[in-house]
Amino acid sequence: MAEGAANGELTIGFLPLVDACLPILAREHGFAEAEGLSLRLVRDMSWATVLDRLLYGHSDGAHMVAPLAIATTLGRGRPAQPLSVPFVLGLNGNAVTMRPELARAVNPAGGLGDPAKVGAALKAYISGTGRPLRFGVVHRYSSHNYMLRYWLAACGIRPDVDVEITTVAPPFCADALEFGEVDAICVGEPWNSVAVERAAGEIVMVTAQIWRRGVEKVLAFRESVLDARRPQAEALVRALRKAGEHFVDPANLETNAAILACAEYLDGDATLIRRAISDRLLLRQGGDLLHYPDFMFQHREAANFPWVSQAEWLYSQMVRWDGLPFDPADARKAARVFRPDVYRSALLGTGEPLPGASSKVEGSLAGPTSVSMQQGRMILERNTFFDGKAFDPELLESYITGQHQA
Amino acid sequence: MRIAIVDESASRAAVIREGLAAVDGCEIFVVTERRGLVARIGEIAPDIVLMDLGNPSRDVLEEYFAVSRVLGRPIAMFVDESDEEAIAASVDAGVSSYVVDGLAPHRIRPILDLAVRRFNAFSRLQSDLAEAKGKLAERDLVDKAKRILMDNRGFTEPQAYAQLRKTAMNQGKRIADIAEAVVTAHQLLGGT
Repeated sequence: MAEGAANGELTIGFLPLVDACLPILAREHGFAEAEGLSLRLVRDMSWATVLDRLLYGHSDGAHMVAPLAIATTLGRGRPAQPLSVPFVLGLNGNAVTMRPELARAVNPAGGLGDPAKVGAALKAYISGTGRPLRFGVVHRYSSHNYMLRYWLAACGIRPDVDVEITTVAPPFCADALEFGEVDAICVGEPWNSVAVERAAGEIVMVTAQIWRRGVEKVLAFRESVLDARRPQAEALVRALRKAGEHFVDPANLETNAAILACAEYLDGDATLIRRAISDRLLLRQGGDLLHYPDFMFQHREAANFPWVSQAEWLYSQMVRWDGLPFDPADARKAARVFRPDVYRSALLGTGEPLPGASSKVEGSLAGPTSVSMQQGRMILERNTFFDGKAFDPELLESYITGQHQA
Repeated sequence: MRIAIVDESASRAAVIREGLAAVDGCEIFVVTERRGLVARIGEIAPDIVLMDLGNPSRDVLEEYFAVSRVLGRPIAMFVDESDEEAIAASVDAGVSSYVVDGLAPHRIRPILDLAVRRFNAFSRLQSDLAEAKGKLAERDLVDKAKRILMDNRGFTEPQAYAQLRKTAMNQGKRIADIAEAVVTAHQLLGGT
């Protein structure tokens, strides 16, 4: 069992997705070893299994869709078990891929569509054809689900009423498009590209267009394990920062794509993986490779800092789509899942930038803005939601009330 | 009681089915196909779903269970908190179980215990099989090494085997390891 392991050993669960890159590279390039850690990585095929292993001690930590860490803490669908997130593994990196005929109907100009325009065309398409469309997301408690629903709702399309949203495991997304089980998917890479490769779909948008700096996967521990193994968890935070630095250096692209493609990790096509991790996407068969900067966002601007406001935004969406009332006690528990205190204590005294605040107004930056820092210097670039709304965590309750009316 | 066994391994599903057949008043359904899984579960309308822990369709099925709660047929993961130990044992064995809300724990426990025992038995069978395969491969290797020694050193077969055995004992290794070294060296030196 993982908990009984010697001090420096940590077992981390993951799914075969490109944003599992940091733990994989921390192990492969010796960043973990340099911090006195021996990392063991366990791959699974569903988030349910990753979560079971984490809760029952088969793993110490896990690569996890951020909302699932909050849902588990709040006891959604199973007894509550508090999880803690000391590190965000990355922002965005997902795309919306549609069956070719639908893609061409709602995004006739090709290229990456403007979210508001594609939304309007989709709304017209749905009322025009009267055919109920079905969207696949990778998990009920995933950022994919929340980003997709945020976009649809802001475009006047009611999720669960005007469209159906169902769960499809990432490795089967291309199949589901091909066999007409779904009309569109919102999934991480390389699974959009696999669908394009098989001519089963065309990429219409990326989630970074919906929320420019949207929180995606996190490193989750059980709260009790984080407490008991705090020095190892902090060592892992440092190793993951180093892995991130290596990951974003273009000189390392080939090497890192080859490592991620290995049978024991993603077991995938190194060419597709190389594209995704260099922010490049082939949107449709026969098209040109598109470079969309910050499609995946793994390192700059302290991307791994677990902002409490990110957890609170996710809570606002959970309340919205699970049809729950706002509950101040739940809101506090959800906020507490993200642990900037652990991130800070791990990196204090290193060269890493540490923000002065633990929360920020999400989606409010129209352009580069310098922020007050505890350590180092940092400029945050543009960070907006596509509909121009911002999320102020101080006004959580009124934000939630407002979105129910939308 | 209606029990659905969901497992992409048909042989494991059969082993579990056989185990549960002994329980009175159970109707057992086996689903091994990934495609159409949710619709099939809908038709079966099970009281208990037993599924291998690593099944790639778990997220899809859990979503369906969450939605079915709205439809008035709640299914949840086996979550009686007093049974933490039983859940831990089932996770260790590689079983995940989902149970219709309101089913009494004393009816669930025997079935879950049985499933756990069957899963464990199946893992043992598999490791026995792997071991047996390994032994076969080792015997092949020893035969090859003997042949090399017979061809190159003019040994009879018993002499070749005795030589391998003696070297293994002197070096504190297994005969298969020495045989492997002989075969590898022979290949490196241009043999076939």
